[in-house]
Amino acid sequence: MAESASKVMSMRDAVARFVRDGDIVVIEGFTHLICFAAGHEIIRQGRRDLTLCRLTPDLIYDQMIAAGCARKLVFSWAGNPGVGSLHAFRRAVEGKHAPPLELEEYSHFGMVARFSAGAARLPFWPLRDYMGTDLPRVNPRIQSVTCPYTGERLATVPALNPDVTIIHAQRADADGNTQIWGLVGVQKEAAFASARVIVVVEQLVDETVIRSDPNRTAIPGMIVDAVVVEPWGAHPSYAQGYYDRDNDFYLAWEAISRDPGAIERYLGEFVRGVPDRATYLAKQPGLAARLTAQPHLAGAVNYGF
Amino acid sequence: MAYTPDELMTSVAARELADGEVVFVGIGLPNLACNLARRTHAPHLVLIYESGAVGAVPERLPMSIGDPALVTGSLMVCGMADVFQLMLQNGRIEVGFLGGAQVDQYGNLNTTVIGSYRHPAVRLPGSGGAAEIAIHARRTLVVSKLSARTFPARVDFVTSPGMRRDGVTRHELGMPGAGPVKVITDKAVLEADAATGELVLAALYPGVEEAEVGAGVGWPLRCRPRLARIDPPTATELRLLREVLDPKRLYLRG
Repeated sequence: MAESASKVMSMRDAVARFVRDGDIVVIEGFTHLICFAAGHEIIRQGRRDLTLCRLTPDLIYDQMIAAGCARKLVFSWAGNPGVGSLHAFRRAVEGKHAPPLELEEYSHFGMVARFSAGAARLPFWPLRDYMGTDLPRVNPRIQSVTCPYTGERLATVPALNPDVTIIHAQRADADGNTQIWGLVGVQKEAAFASARVIVVVEQLVDETVIRSDPNRTAIPGMIVDAVVVEPWGAHPSYAQGYYDRDNDFYLAWEAISRDPGAIERYLGEFVRGVPDRATYLAKQPGLAARLTAQPHLAGAVNYGF
Repeated sequence: MAYTPDELMTSVAARELADGEVVFVGIGLPNLACNLARRTHAPHLVLIYESGAVGAVPERLPMSIGDPALVTGSLMVCGMADVFQLMLQNGRIEVGFLGGAQVDQYGNLNTTVIGSYRHPAVRLPGSGGAAEIAIHARRTLVVSKLSARTFPARVDFVTSPGMRRDGVTRHELGMPGAGPVKVITDKAVLEADAATGELVLAALYPGVEEAEVGAGVGWPLRCRPRLARIDPPTATELRLLREVLDPKRLYLRG
């Protein structure tokens, strides 16, 4: 393959090439490995009319909603974990001095099932869920099917096939063979469901490192379009074995997100006002001392035959 | 020894868990209750978090259910498709903890909206895994503070189904789990009546009278013929809660 076809590129180039106005965008990661670096670059490049999908919109989608990137939100739990509300999201939904936001709401199992169907290229996924709840009443895309074998009524949710999925991970090689450890959420299904995939990693490693531990590979290079190397790219989320979750920032977001002016100042200083992730990190020199992970190494296993 | 309502609720919730049980751990006080049980009478409690940590042994109190301390030293870390399909829908979860901004007469829970869905007065986070936990866990325990606002006769939105809805039982609706058998409040424990599914007063906390509990719910509260009395938190429970589990009062706020 020619050098110009390399998948390794800057975040700026990856977002410019693979994230378009109007796209269905997934930045996954359940508490762990949420790629704030990608969300910030999408805000900087001024993407509009996105359908943002995640189980937990978290601070990153609250920021993207506040920045005007989102037309629609597809989700299952919209809070600031252990803290309270996502206030930009709430303002949009409660109609208080914010542009409206279309919602498509599921439970976690429903969102996981949507990604599973998308990844398997099936039109829907059956699950034993939603009886007695009001969710199907407000979301007509939650339907049901009669099992042809047992006659049981089962709930169904439609496949979710994003235009682009962005996955943060600990390491990948230059072809995008990506290894994740710690909480793995629904990243693998989201990546396989997607038309385009960007992986963002703490470390770029040689293919021999990947081959030394193939069971740890969650995403194979064959489905990856771009590899971005962005150390601390998940902050204030975390990367197991690299850095801890910045709980202080999650707590601080409560006051910032309550005040539209404060969000604008935050975005101005830490997102729109910086050219890239390196500058974002340089503005917060204490992070490494406060959050760098302690070593807790796994024992090696024998892959021989 | 003096104690706060949160400390007593957490201790009561912890005592509901038997050693060796498999429990789906929620955020907030239930998280604290499970870790208290694990350090007292239930050292073999298996903690499963919806984030995918199975057999977690967190060395610090997790602020979120996706905390990295849930992974370190756990028995297994699996993807969320496995959590919901292979653990929950498979029937492996014995106890699920739930809470709600609203709890109704039949234990239906609302964590979605106050007011109408399209134009809510307050938008709450939504289901997360609560809807399916309420459906599949073999039994669920609800932890919520009593007030007529929190315990209306009908919730504005059913996020997580309880014992009965519009006259139809959860069994008739095809739900595998037994539902919210107990509601642990800051004044008393309510239990679902086996025949009607209605929440009834079952046990009072120290110093609490029946009428106080009735004033905290939005329907005429029935009582069990014999009311149990709940013991206050022990010195060990209080020491663990205050010194080991939540010294920063992250969850023990009131």
